[in-house]
Amino acid sequence: MTGILAADSAHEAVERASTAAADGGIHSLAWLLIAFPLLGAAILLLAGRRADRWGHWLGAAASLASFAVAVAAFTQLLGYAPEERSRIVPVYQWISTGSFTVDVNLLLDPLSISFALLITGVGSLIHIYSVGYMAHDEGRRRFFGYLNLFVAAMLTLVLADNFALLFVGWEGVGLASYLLIGFWQHKPSAAVAAKKAFVVNRVGDFGLLIAIMIMWSVFGTVAFGPVFEHIGEADQFTVTVIGLLLLLGACGKSAQLPLQSWLLDAMEGPTPVSALIHAATMVTAGVYLIVRAGLIFEASPVAQTTVAVVGAATLLAGAIIGCAKDDIKKALAGSTMSQIGYMVLAAGLGPIGYAAAIAHLLTHGFFKAGLFLGAGSVMHGMNDEVNMRRYGGLRKHMPVTFATFGIGYLAIIGLPPLSGYFTKEGIIESAWLRGDAFGFTLAGIMLLTAGLTAFYMSRIMFLTFFGPKRWAEGAHPHESPGSMTIPMVILAVGSVALGGLLVLVFHFAEFIAPVTGAEVHHFNPLSPTGLVALGLMVAGVAVAWVMYGRAPAEKLATAPRGSVFTRAARADLYGDALNESLLMRPGQRLAHASVAVDDHGVDGIVNGLAGAVRGLSGRLRLQQSGFARSYALSMFFGAALVVGAMLVVQL
Amino acid sequence: MDSYAPILVLGVIAVGFAAFSVVFAGRLAGPRRYNRAKLDAYECGIEPTPQPSGGGRFTVKYYLTAMLFIVFDIEIIFLYPWAVHYQALGWFGFFAVLLFLVNVSIAYAYEWRRGGLEWD
Amino acid sequence: MNTLTVAGSLAAPPFQPPDIDYGLLLPMLVVFTAGVLAVLVEAFAPREVRRSFQVGLSLLAVGAAFGLTLVQAASPQLPETGGILVAGGTVAVDRPTLFLQAVILLLSFVSLLLIAERRVGDGSFAAEAAAVPGSEEERQGILAGREHSEVYPLVLFAVLGMLLFPAANDLLTMFIALEVLSMPLYLLCGLARRRRLLSQEAAVKYFLLGAFSSAFFLFGIAMIYGYAGSVRLSAIADAAAAAGGGEVLLLLGIALIAVGLLFKIGAVPFHNWKPDVYQGAPTPITAFMASVTLVSAFGAMLRVFYVAFGAMAWDWRPMIWVVAILTMVVGAVVAVTQTNVKRLLAYSSVVHAGFILTALAATSAQGLGASLFYLAVYGFSTIGAFAIVTLVRDSQGEAVRLDQWRGLARRSPLLALSFALFLLGFAGIPLTSGFIAKFAVFEAALAAGGTPLVVVGVLSSAVTAFFYARIIVVMFFTGADEPAEEPGSGAAVAESAHAQEAAGGVSVRTRPAPAVTEAAPQVEVVKPGLLSQAVIAIGAAATLVLGVVPQPVLDLATQAAQHLFVR
Repeated sequence: MTGILAADSAHEAVERASTAAADGGIHSLAWLLIAFPLLGAAILLLAGRRADRWGHWLGAAASLASFAVAVAAFTQLLGYAPEERSRIVPVYQWISTGSFTVDVNLLLDPLSISFALLITGVGSLIHIYSVGYMAHDEGRRRFFGYLNLFVAAMLTLVLADNFALLFVGWEGVGLASYLLIGFWQHKPSAAVAAKKAFVVNRVGDFGLLIAIMIMWSVFGTVAFGPVFEHIGEADQFTVTVIGLLLLLGACGKSAQLPLQSWLLDAMEGPTPVSALIHAATMVTAGVYLIVRAGLIFEASPVAQTTVAVVGAATLLAGAIIGCAKDDIKKALAGSTMSQIGYMVLAAGLGPIGYAAAIAHLLTHGFFKAGLFLGAGSVMHGMNDEVNMRRYGGLRKHMPVTFATFGIGYLAIIGLPPLSGYFTKEGIIESAWLRGDAFGFTLAGIMLLTAGLTAFYMSRIMFLTFFGPKRWAEGAHPHESPGSMTIPMVILAVGSVALGGLLVLVFHFAEFIAPVTGAEVHHFNPLSPTGLVALGLMVAGVAVAWVMYGRAPAEKLATAPRGSVFTRAARADLYGDALNESLLMRPGQRLAHASVAVDDHGVDGIVNGLAGAVRGLSGRLRLQQSGFARSYALSMFFGAALVVGAMLVVQL
Repeated sequence: MDSYAPILVLGVIAVGFAAFSVVFAGRLAGPRRYNRAKLDAYECGIEPTPQPSGGGRFTVKYYLTAMLFIVFDIEIIFLYPWAVHYQALGWFGFFAVLLFLVNVSIAYAYEWRRGGLEWD
Repeated sequence: MNTLTVAGSLAAPPFQPPDIDYGLLLPMLVVFTAGVLAVLVEAFAPREVRRSFQVGLSLLAVGAAFGLTLVQAASPQLPETGGILVAGGTVAVDRPTLFLQAVILLLSFVSLLLIAERRVGDGSFAAEAAAVPGSEEERQGILAGREHSEVYPLVLFAVLGMLLFPAANDLLTMFIALEVLSMPLYLLCGLARRRRLLSQEAAVKYFLLGAFSSAFFLFGIAMIYGYAGSVRLSAIADAAAAAGGGEVLLLLGIALIAVGLLFKIGAVPFHNWKPDVYQGAPTPITAFMASVTLVSAFGAMLRVFYVAFGAMAWDWRPMIWVVAILTMVVGAVVAVTQTNVKRLLAYSSVVHAGFILTALAATSAQGLGASLFYLAVYGFSTIGAFAIVTLVRDSQGEAVRLDQWRGLARRSPLLALSFALFLLGFAGIPLTSGFIAKFAVFEAALAAGGTPLVVVGVLSSAVTAFFYARIIVVMFFTGADEPAEEPGSGAAVAESAHAQEAAGGVSVRTRPAPAVTEAAPQVEVVKPGLLSQAVIAIGAAATLVLGVVPQPVLDLATQAAQHLFVR
């Protein structure tokens, strides 16, 4: 790292802030952030049908109240000097017996408060949107209960000051995600998707859990402060293992290779869920984890490089999948994978990339949520049709949706001066400035993907809003009600302005530097990478226009057979097939093999043990004969045993 | 230990005598002439209680009566010492026993009201 | 006669009426008076008003007694470090006792709510307990919508005994308390509305074995009296300390008293009654026994072993170790092959008794505090779990076979979720009350050098977690139509055990029981009445809240235990 510092004077090192206790104000009420949505969830899920009439408003109000607290806490945090902006808020002592004490504390610092604002802000907008979107759904109250539960769990995740509490939130969002993907259980595909998300996520969670256990055994604590402080004292191997396990956890939650397969299926959930959980917030938890545990990754170059490689691979894979999908939500999901790949890659670049990763995460939260809500609005108007080949020419029928979706589109492809331009550019340049072959390779992949992004997003845009009508019979597209369009408009405004505000006005990198220890990198509008990216973007849009913007209806209405690549991408790059042949089949073979060596292998011992317990249990059960006389006899022998045990001591 | 020896000897003699007289003496000396009265359960001329067929059980009413008897039997155990020492026990004893009697009579009242005293 | 009396009065000092502070006995007196009143109500009030009157009276009495206990705990009369001896030293009022009594009253209140529930299957209690099962008389009672309201005075008397049991400061008072609490329970066990033969069988078994264990207890008292010349706990402690312990008479006494108490808490090898009785008894009564009786019996056991035999800990600790290990291992292992939810919960209660015994063996303030907390926590979860058992029913009453619970989550998710919460609490999963409780007792045992106990405890926890998880799997991940994994599958041993157990159930029956194994009738989940809802909600809230914010109650228990029992 020092090499880079010396090489480029545009970076200035910023010391990481030490953590202080909160000193009153709204910070001592930070627990309200979690309490509001949690209470909302409890009321909505327990009140039953009584709450059907007003339940959705309660849910939205809980989220808004939480947002208000977040804004207040943010304002107070800004009042401190930058190096004092890390505040521990003791909530209560969970358990204290004898020598063992566990505290439940919240950590308010620039990183966590940024997330809290994103979660509650975008969360509130999506709550309001859902009021309209779910208006005709019988389970609307339950839906809002789950949404509130999700918000509470996600806030727990990002506000925790130790890994144990973070894990509680981590599992909480997993549960909420499972419940919401499978919200329409009557659809078998939704139930299967929920199960898949659950199982794949468990793999990642196991990684995180084991990492936490190793930390506990090595450092004797799982609080962020002490662990990071002592990370240098642990041996290299341990740190690498912890880092890789944390990465595994992050991959599961953030749908990175090789645990990416659940995200595309998760689009079975209601669209607001896709927007909030599977685009804006939950899937970014992995990025949060990597940035938060930055010091662990910095202590292990192997783990850090792996992070960057995983990010790069996912980045490319997601974009390729996004190019081929005809389902509008799945195309957007591929895009989400790809964009999170950007963030993970940035997080793998070390302190220089952290600020860029988080900034892109925030802007992505806005424009991707906006895009999903737009997609939901289109589906709402098109009788829940998701196939883009059945859309076309919708811009006249749904002007507001078209405008907001269009802004999100321009933001994601990185058109200056919209949000995406600033933050994506920051990531590419961070890699470029590494100055070594690895950095150039990463930057190259990202530039290529920037072109791909422009292509697949333009494809979505043209197929949906331009070109000839290819509607199914009986489709009467219409604009959505105000409760849906207003959140979309707000998100669109954010998509336009947030990036510039963050980077140019607010100097986000400096704001977050006390947490990440980032070397502040000043934005350079005329960097070579920026210009190349712009060029590739224009090329991508142009190719898409030729292929989809001008094509006649009959050509667009049916999907062409496509090349090998297209077919591979349609099949999620054979992710499921790969999982099956690489993991499930060998797993099954291993299982068969282990049955064969039952008596010799570990498996045999475990089974043997369970069998022995069972056999013993069966035998002991015989003793429970039901006869009072034999019970009395066993009591008698028991008394003899007790007397014997007393007297034996005397000998 | 020596002082117990005579008792031990006496005990052995007693057991021996009992064993001899019960087990052997009758067999050696007694006449064996049986009749119906002699084979009855109680050889005293009283007809044994007629028993229901099959199990030789008493009806539940016997138990009710027996329980009632025990309740009042126990009452006597408390009343007797109090009666003997009632002057020494004074008002404390008086109220203690009074409380006890009240409680017993409440249980009694319950049994009476719920038909526990009716034979049929 | 005359001379004898004179001689007697010359020898004995003049009678001094004992000075009884009735104010300190008020909680017990309130419950007792309410019980007596309840008997009068039974005798004289018309049948229609009896039940509602009884419910109100008993809830009021238990609630008032709880309030009075709180007043006592807060009153300046109670010394900070000790307690007060009342009624000539036969009853002790100190902080651990007040904590136990408060918990007993609170749990009794919740149990009473469950007992009073009539919305679910016409209530749990027999219409005509005296009528022969299946007779015309019984049928008429059912048609008339009757239910025995004697249940309430019986429960009140049992509560009285349970309040006195841990407060008794001499062995005779303790024995009387034991009988006062046991007798009503024997009766209550036989009052089930459905499966009456099973219920009556349970009552008879419980009575026979209970009487047997009482005899052991009484025999132990005699031994101790022979040794110490007193039944007062402190006098026994003094005598043992003076002699340096080690006399066979004393050791025998301790062993026999332990047998009596271990029977009540259901420790192995005195646990045989538990599954049978828990299964047969009306489920609200099972809940009452599994929670309140356990608290009371453990309270008494803690007092005897801490106060009277505290100095002898080196002599009895190995014995308690053996019993605790046996209890944890046998309870957990046998539970693995259970297929009946009520029996499974019974074995689970056996295992939990073993866990608390590890803290008892610690003989420290920490151990006492941990036990107090564990008892409170376990009681709430248990009542909640049994409340749910009352709701899953088929045409014969409660559906207690595990395979009848398949896919419960799909039909009533909230109920299944609550039950899963209770099970997770029993298993000691973090963020439930059970975790904190288990943690506290194991830590106390470790601090007192009981490492082997803790190792066995953790291992058997793992085994119990397995069968709790199995129920959760059955409820959540198997459909009602697909076959569930049969726990004893393949093993001929288990099969025959099942047959044996089923057959064993008929041992004292005069005719075959209603066939338990016939094809499953339609299982339905009854909509809980307001009372059951309240019980489940209270149990779930306690399980969750004491897991997330345990510190206030944990502090309360620790403070109560800080100065141990008064001597």
